[in-house]
Amino acid sequence: MEYFLQQLINGITLGSIYGLIAIGYTMVFGIIGMVNFSHGDIFMVSAFVALIVFLVLTTWLGMASMFFALIIMLVVAMAVTGLWSWTIEKLAYRPLRGSFRLAPLISAIGMSLVLSNFVQVAQDPRNKPVPPMFTDVIQVVTSAEGFNTVLSYRQIAIVLITTLLLAAFWYVVQKTSLGRAQRACEQDRKMAALLGIDVDRTISATFVIGAALAAVAGCMYLMYYGVISYQDGFIPGVKAFTAAVLGGIGSLPGAVLGGLLIGLIETFFSGYFSLAYKDVAAFSILAVVLIFMPQGILGRPEVEKV
Amino acid sequence: MSASSFIKNNGKILLASGLVAIGIFGPLVGLKSEQNMANELILVTRPELVAWIVLAVLAMVAAVLVVRSMRDAGKFDGGTKLLAPISNALAPAVRYLPGTGLALLIGFPLIIYYGLGAGMMPKWIDNFGILILIYVMLGWGLNIVVGLAGLLDLGYVAFYAIGSYAYALLSLHFGWSFWLCLPVAGILAAFWGILLGFPVLRLRGDYLAIVTLAFGEIIYLVAKNWSDFTGGGAGISAPRITFFGIKFDASPDGFAAWMTWLFTSISHTFGGGDVLVSPAPWYRTVFLYYVILALALLTAFVTTRLRRLPIGRAWEALREDEIACRSLGINTVSTKLTAFAVGAFFGGLAGAFFGARQGFVDPEGFKFIESAIILAIVVLGGMGSLIGVAIAAAALQGGTELLRELSFLKSIFGEDFKPELYRMLIFGLAMVLIMLWKPRGFVSTREPTAFLKERKSVSGSHVKEGHG
Repeated sequence: MEYFLQQLINGITLGSIYGLIAIGYTMVFGIIGMVNFSHGDIFMVSAFVALIVFLVLTTWLGMASMFFALIIMLVVAMAVTGLWSWTIEKLAYRPLRGSFRLAPLISAIGMSLVLSNFVQVAQDPRNKPVPPMFTDVIQVVTSAEGFNTVLSYRQIAIVLITTLLLAAFWYVVQKTSLGRAQRACEQDRKMAALLGIDVDRTISATFVIGAALAAVAGCMYLMYYGVISYQDGFIPGVKAFTAAVLGGIGSLPGAVLGGLLIGLIETFFSGYFSLAYKDVAAFSILAVVLIFMPQGILGRPEVEKV
Repeated sequence: MSASSFIKNNGKILLASGLVAIGIFGPLVGLKSEQNMANELILVTRPELVAWIVLAVLAMVAAVLVVRSMRDAGKFDGGTKLLAPISNALAPAVRYLPGTGLALLIGFPLIIYYGLGAGMMPKWIDNFGILILIYVMLGWGLNIVVGLAGLLDLGYVAFYAIGSYAYALLSLHFGWSFWLCLPVAGILAAFWGILLGFPVLRLRGDYLAIVTLAFGEIIYLVAKNWSDFTGGGAGISAPRITFFGIKFDASPDGFAAWMTWLFTSISHTFGGGDVLVSPAPWYRTVFLYYVILALALLTAFVTTRLRRLPIGRAWEALREDEIACRSLGINTVSTKLTAFAVGAFFGGLAGAFFGARQGFVDPEGFKFIESAIILAIVVLGGMGSLIGVAIAAAALQGGTELLRELSFLKSIFGEDFKPELYRMLIFGLAMVLIMLWKPRGFVSTREPTAFLKERKSVSGSHVKEGHG
């Protein structure tokens, strides 16, 4: 029971990270129907930006308050990653709108290689460890056998920040004019353009918002695992994509739900079955969902128009 | 147009792109995290590097702006007129390229032997010739799936892995020879291709890509973790290739001894003396070279033949417009499945060859990055073009070797500069640029397989693609 509870806590934490990345996939797919393959590497870039900001704050400025350090890390990482994503969309994806079907995906794969190898060249191929942050834990339950179920401050911070940002994000999408424009473009891009919505600007904004949320995930990832390397974008990226597909691609609550589910499945699978095959489990879910339930849990079935 | 009016007109764009360049490169290039002696991370600043990068970005943006304004003024037509004599001069060269290339490939070991000496044989034939040909073959195999049938397969390396492991395991457990394992490995890979193809047939292009990626990663992870069967991360050894049963070694029944016997008996029949063939390590290398050359040519031959068969035409029709295909009564299920199976078959053959060349199979060669490299080869070469894919493979592998040789760059950028690290960066950029500039790839003309009276190449950019 205690073991179960511990896995549940870990799974929700991991799921929050996946959910944040998944939103970027699902939003971009919803608005321009493209799998943004480089999104996982955008997440990795954001973790590196967070790492550098963390080092600037701690080693140069000697900041002691981890709380403020985390806030600054989040803000800077969101800004820089958003700028990266904006630039990439403008240079590598926008000119390909209306090109042949696979062109944007291939361009995105190329961009993914560029990002990971750029970071490898600019920052060394080695793993980058950071000193642990928020190491305190709360003991939730202590069982008779002495197994402690713990909830660390880190995990609380991750779940709290994720919830907070999701609420802010929800507000932007539902209540602001930008969100309205986004939803309009998602439903019918041509009609939205006819009604005076700047479609290009809206798509840019979508990429920036997706990248900013991925940057939050990147900060969380760095804080949670305490290590990052240039290769770390690929696997979380594919898992987050799995989450977006599982929740129903194009659906924002679906992305969060899918993220949580994937996080839980992965944690329970590695907790109860096999640690080595946890990625196999995630990838199998992706294949099974895409084959048997392509519309996902909350998505709309896709109608093919001729 | 004067410089001042150029700045006046475009100053805002230049300023903005400079700021963006500082914003994206500043933190990641300007501040480098490094481990000090105490294993703590510290920051090293590199402001001059950022300045150089920003200047380069500005120069590129300015160049683009100049070209654009000239084009708007009608003074510049994108270089078509400028390049016309070059492309005219290249046209006959392109026609003779397949023949000349083939002759060069067959004579390659001789050229190396007489040009550079036997000592250079392992380096040039093994690192250069065999590796390039493996990638050429993989590119041609994937070309069937991506280039002809238009199904984006991001997990092609899985079939390569299946072929390699099939060879290693079959020869380990049953003692089968390479020549028996080779077709079996291909058929096994094709079988897996069908197995994967069946459920994913209904998926649209990009979903299909992601599922094949997942499949490729699953194969990699299983190969890595199922230690009892595949040897896990440590890998398993596979027997080295033999000359139809004769080992390449110095033993009395080895290749050299056998050749000695063969040439001596030939020589005796004509009344000559004894001939001694001394053992040398490059016999195997040369033999491997011709085996992979034959396999690659087989792939090319089968591809060109299949393109003229109804199934090949159905593949290309499927690539152009799936819905139109279905309404014309083409069975899309069997068409896609055969494309998957044939592509996988050649991947499997290449894998078995790889196992025999290495004498060792481990999962690290079958990561996603390999699939990405093979896809890059197909995309850069021009989807559907055999010559283009071969050139791209040679450029990729040759380019890597070339980058390694560029030691003079060290004198510019310092001793720590490792040009070969930039390989994938350059290839990723090339993939993006090719998509922007020539989405159909470098060699993007289409040779029609059916024609009336005369054969005309159609530029890929004139072929419109439907959805499907």
